[in-house]
Amino acid sequence: MRYGTGPEVLRDINLKIDQGSFHFLTGQSGAGKSSFLKLIYLAARPSRGLISLFDHKIAALPRRELPALRRRIGVIFQDFRLIEHLSTFDNVALPLRVAGLAEDKVKENVTELLTWVGLADKINARPPTLSGGQQQRVAIARAVIGRPSLLLADEPTGNVDDDMGLRLLRLLEEMNKLGTTVIIATHNQHLANRIGHARIHLKGGQIAVSRA
Amino acid sequence: MLRQRYDISFDSDGSVRFLPWLLALMVYLAALAIAGMLLLSGTLSDWNRGLAGVLTVELPPAPAGAAGSDPAPVLDLLRDTPGVLSAQPLSRDAIAKLVEPWLGSGFAVQDLALPRLIDLRVDPDHPPDLPELRAKLAGLMPEANIEEAHQRFDKLFDLAVSVELTALAIVILIAGCAIISTIFTARAGLAVHHDVIEILHLLGAHDAYITRQFGRQALLLALRGGIVGLGLAIVTLLGLGHASAAAGFLGEGVRLLPVVTLRPWHWAILVLLPFAAALIARVTARLTVARALARMP
Repeated sequence: MRYGTGPEVLRDINLKIDQGSFHFLTGQSGAGKSSFLKLIYLAARPSRGLISLFDHKIAALPRRELPALRRRIGVIFQDFRLIEHLSTFDNVALPLRVAGLAEDKVKENVTELLTWVGLADKINARPPTLSGGQQQRVAIARAVIGRPSLLLADEPTGNVDDDMGLRLLRLLEEMNKLGTTVIIATHNQHLANRIGHARIHLKGGQIAVSRA
Repeated sequence: MLRQRYDISFDSDGSVRFLPWLLALMVYLAALAIAGMLLLSGTLSDWNRGLAGVLTVELPPAPAGAAGSDPAPVLDLLRDTPGVLSAQPLSRDAIAKLVEPWLGSGFAVQDLALPRLIDLRVDPDHPPDLPELRAKLAGLMPEANIEEAHQRFDKLFDLAVSVELTALAIVILIAGCAIISTIFTARAGLAVHHDVIEILHLLGAHDAYITRQFGRQALLLALRGGIVGLGLAIVTLLGLGHASAAAGFLGEGVRLLPVVTLRPWHWAILVLLPFAAALIARVTARLTVARALARMP
């Protein structure tokens, strides 16, 4: 994969991630972790090579069928990417509304999840008024509200202390136990060591997989 | 539909503030152009109706009693022709009145070799066969001529039709400007809201989910601007109507200002303009955004 006419940021990657598995994606800053995730959550197309997702060859799929695949993927972005003019409720409700769920179901599901992540009292707050940790919980809630088959997290612990980071990872582990495939990109080797699980290590745009 | 929720914050987008004003101006100009076109079209149709079925038979001048000067056989022929409703010779005084604008009133009609005229009224739905009538007339009086009233006004009709077409071209041009304005506004919106659009896209939003929001926004802005433009146009047209009624006449039958009186169905067409502008803006915004989204992965 390359951006425009720049150098290849990922190359010679041949990898299969099993359904229901839990992987850490590690590597130094600039190793290509975010680019790797972008390819999986269909924000970028490979300049060459093939990607299969949920048994679909992405390159062979017509563009109109991609949204259905994207709805099966939850993404926690490094910078959260919350929509600032929308309330906490509306941010979390987005994946359900985009999928066309009835508004009463949206309200029920979102309220329940926000209560579960401890943000019931911030339901009408807008992201700029929330702390970093609260924003992160909103981002997580948005990523999991649609019960995705695949959950991707890009440096989810980057903006929180170790304790909060650990709690977050435990939450993702719970999701994994319920059958969701989880891939977490992090440069925090220490945190990855504490949790265990398989690792995909990126270095110079190439990978090496190691089992926990 | 108007109360639907937006995921995209168009209020923060400065470029959308200009669209209603631009469209207000365009609807205003389009309304005036269309009103002018409708008035002209109405006048043309009145003329057409008035002139349909009116013909003039012109007989060569001849002193009374001269051989071949009797118009009676011509009148008989005309009156017996199917489709002719009436054939009425014009008196010398009536003919003198017709030439008065050119010759003045101080002349002796009998001294002039004026053609004799017959006013012919024919059934517009079942007119007589003119070539056949001309041939028969030539047999009676070779220099006689039938002139359709239409022919005298052909150039005026042509001019009026040209003005109508020009007004139509102006309306099309205005619609083009409205489309271009909407395209630029939608593109500016795409640039301003790129991050939100990308998030919606990554969350699995179909293109239609995003284009709908842009389309709805453009529709509301255009409708708002269109109503303002139409309101101003109505005030202008009523003002012109009032001014034309108050201006009076320059001379006999010659108005200082043209009559600006729209019929109810003319007003109905003008009232549709803001809705047409809104529809154009909605479709244009949706297509513009759809094209941009198609370039996303």
